[in-house]
Amino acid sequence: MNHRARTALFLVGGLGLLCFYVWGLHGLPGFGHYPGPYGDLINSLTVFERHATDAVTAVNFDYRGFDTLGEEFILFASVMGANLLLRKQKDDREEDPPLDQAEDRVVPPTSDAVRVTGLALVLPIVVFGLYTISHGQLTPGGGFQGGVILASMPLIIYLCGDYKSFDHVTSHVLSEITEALGAGGYAIAGLISIMFGLNYLTNFIPLGQTGDVLSSGTILLISVLTGLEVAGGLVVLMISFFRQSLVYRKTDEESRGPR
Amino acid sequence: MIVLQAGILLFVGVVGTAVVFTRNPLNQVIGLTFYGLLMALMFFIFQAPDVAFSQIVIGAVVLPLMVLLTLAKLKVKEQSRK
Repeated sequence: MNHRARTALFLVGGLGLLCFYVWGLHGLPGFGHYPGPYGDLINSLTVFERHATDAVTAVNFDYRGFDTLGEEFILFASVMGANLLLRKQKDDREEDPPLDQAEDRVVPPTSDAVRVTGLALVLPIVVFGLYTISHGQLTPGGGFQGGVILASMPLIIYLCGDYKSFDHVTSHVLSEITEALGAGGYAIAGLISIMFGLNYLTNFIPLGQTGDVLSSGTILLISVLTGLEVAGGLVVLMISFFRQSLVYRKTDEESRGPR
Repeated sequence: MIVLQAGILLFVGVVGTAVVFTRNPLNQVIGLTFYGLLMALMFFIFQAPDVAFSQIVIGAVVLPLMVLLTLAKLKVKEQSRK
């Protein structure tokens, strides 16, 4: 197909898209004018029904908990898929020691400013991640957000050190176990509701005092489990990517270039 | 507030287009990082701080890192083929 035919095809398709787009825009509610009753109902009910002050987390982990279970397994499946694709294959050998640079190039050492700032950030990041997970029902945040914050900790260590320090603080097996515990725990939390004679994923833990950390029942439990799953999953993903691009080399490949 | 919202939307649009039109993957990743941070700012301005949290880490750190590592791997393959 030559350039002209492609352009013609694009113009026809583009015109069609434009027509449908304008038509679709016409049916949208005005900017900043929320029409439906669902959000207003949730906003006025979460504090009384679930003792949670963050309506978003209450929707994610309680009212729509089943949808989030699906999302969590999407994440689980994609991490497992990436892990499978990036696995060590038969003709791969491990390079030892993995150097994080090209052989023919002298990389300036990481500056002291970056190292000090990075190392000073490690603990605050862990604390902030745990805070975000455990206060999901009170303030913006929750399992997913806290999980990704926690998972950024090894990256900071990589930034102020090298691959070896990253490898030192992470464990593939532990991260996988954490991820599996989080994903499986979520599904099991739903089954426990059934054991109490309730519907799947119904809140079965006492709701507690609004505003307390230990409040809003299963929302906190599911938030913690999601945090485990997300943090574990992301670390597994990063480990596979790092290993594949820095450590594994094909046996017939010359070990040259950035490693 | 409306000025801020319109401004960040415009900015995200411009930077997004710039990322698409950058042809060199390495330069594109750096643009993508900036785009990720802008998206986080946009979520924050549109009162979705929880989405902004995850966007900062996913969009500005993890995604560019994966692309960078993939580029490094590809470069090794390319060099060994020569």
